[in-house]
Amino acid sequence: MSGIALPLRVAGEGRRRRRWPVLVLCAIAWLGLMLGVALLADVIAPYAYTALDLRNRLASPGATVLHPLGTDELGRDVLSRLIFSIRMSLLIAFGATVIGALIGTSLGVLAAHFRGFVEQVVLALVDFSASLPFLILALAVLAFFGNSLTLFVCLLGLHAWERYARIARGLVISAGAQGYAAAVRQLGASPWRVYGRHVLPNIASTLIVSMTLAFPEIILLESGLSFLGLGVQPPETSLGSMVGYGREYLTRAPWILLSPAAVIVLTTFSVSVLGDWLRDRLDPTLT
Amino acid sequence: MSAVPLLEATGLTRRYAMRRGLFGRPVEVRAVDGVSLALERGRTLGLVGESGCGKSTTGRLVLGLERPDAGGVAFEGRPMPAPGTPAWRALRARMQMVFQDPLGALDRRMTIGAQIAEPLEIHSIGGRPERVAQLLRDVGLRPDQAGRYPHELSGGQRQRAVLARALATEPALLVCDEPISALDVSIQAQVMNLLVELQARLGTAILFVSHDLRAVRQVSHRVAVMYLGRIVEEGEPDAVLHDPAHPYAQALVSAIPHPGRRQRRILLQGDPPNPADRPSGCAFHPRCPVATTLCAREDPVLKPRPGDGRHVACHVAQGEVPARRAA
Repeated sequence: MSGIALPLRVAGEGRRRRRWPVLVLCAIAWLGLMLGVALLADVIAPYAYTALDLRNRLASPGATVLHPLGTDELGRDVLSRLIFSIRMSLLIAFGATVIGALIGTSLGVLAAHFRGFVEQVVLALVDFSASLPFLILALAVLAFFGNSLTLFVCLLGLHAWERYARIARGLVISAGAQGYAAAVRQLGASPWRVYGRHVLPNIASTLIVSMTLAFPEIILLESGLSFLGLGVQPPETSLGSMVGYGREYLTRAPWILLSPAAVIVLTTFSVSVLGDWLRDRLDPTLT
Repeated sequence: MSAVPLLEATGLTRRYAMRRGLFGRPVEVRAVDGVSLALERGRTLGLVGESGCGKSTTGRLVLGLERPDAGGVAFEGRPMPAPGTPAWRALRARMQMVFQDPLGALDRRMTIGAQIAEPLEIHSIGGRPERVAQLLRDVGLRPDQAGRYPHELSGGQRQRAVLARALATEPALLVCDEPISALDVSIQAQVMNLLVELQARLGTAILFVSHDLRAVRQVSHRVAVMYLGRIVEEGEPDAVLHDPAHPYAQALVSAIPHPGRRQRRILLQGDPPNPADRPSGCAFHPRCPVATTLCAREDPVLKPRPGDGRHVACHVAQGEVPARRAA
């Protein structure tokens, strides 16, 4: 009896371990959907995001067949605006995360490689950046240089760079003291090879996790800045600016605000879940 | 026989500054203090001593991984270039290191095949797939194990992979820093036999750093005993390890267990000395069973003993003073 039951159980366990967690699958599906929406925004949006329908202003979801998610105070279709907002917010969040990770990691690796004066300069910059309230920096930059999408993305990219710089510097220094980096260096490898092929892949999982932590933060930051009127300027739209402008109609037409808010929550949550899971998957010694 | 030895180190000194506490004055620690050694092609020099005596630092200095504060290393008659320079990097193909901890020395994200191929890529040596397979066979691994990750191999297999990587460029000099101390006894013997066999075939010179006297005797052509950053005795392994002249070497040798033989073990008094606070005179005199007043006053030099020409740094062994009876 048990002789038959045992192999069955073992096989079942093996399959269960290989099966992907449901939550991760949901997160991937949601992010895939968001990416698809962002890429195909022009095709799938029923209206242009600026198109007015003055006869159906502040229509609630389901009130007319024409606007499934309702309309705002100018009669613009909330679904169409949501679709274009997703594209804009994802573009900003991805761009800013990648910029921050690149700047921070490069500076951190430089600091760890050269030590001495270079390290002091980088650390001073890190401390400066960490001690300066980002909102004030953002206000100053946007006030002086005006607002353009490129500038806005670069500015948000500066938001979390010091975190990557700190993490990368610490990890590279400790990796340099470990055997594998010393071993490759004494094989005669150039610093490019030591860092590019050995140290960075070994510390990448930590950096990726910190990217997935920064990604939701940047979406929220963009939302906050847009809410304050400093981010994406009308007629362009983003998730944050939709929430920002929708707050005036919170009591009369909450659907203007609720659908972008829900998208923000679901997207940031999915990225966090995915990042957590990726960290484990990227480590070949954990299976 | 060429007049110039493959490797010649003269008067190597390496000091480290150590600070005690937040406001303490930096204390100078002389990890290696005037070590001279020479190594010929195809020979093995065993370097033994207790932990902290500067064996590993000597190995790193000899390879040029660190700059000595005084003295110099000449490899094939030419001085060692500064670490990190292109000349230094090019020289890595001629000298390699085998590490104590094979798991730490391997990148756990790369297959061992890719890691063994790495020195070939760095020094642009062609014929990679065949060469990697040949290297794996040379160290007793199967070529199909090239696709394994380090954590999928056993300790002995990992050390073999490290050895294969070190041998990939056919170096003239191999520094083995405690290559067997992290391995099981049965695997220790395999790895050492492998070293001897590879040396016989490839003519590599080996600096074998270890605290395991039996291992050193098995592989070495010459043995140097280090104490507190200095070589205190040097000679043929059979001579040094059967009839040690220096009291410290005698104590070391007496600590080797011999089954079935009752032997008086020399138990050293006191703690291993602090290199930041070197005793005056002979560094070993506070623990030495035969120390005299001269030992506390004057530093003995490493020179051939009058009787048999053994190199030893000890006033008593040199016959300069009569031995005090051990208490």
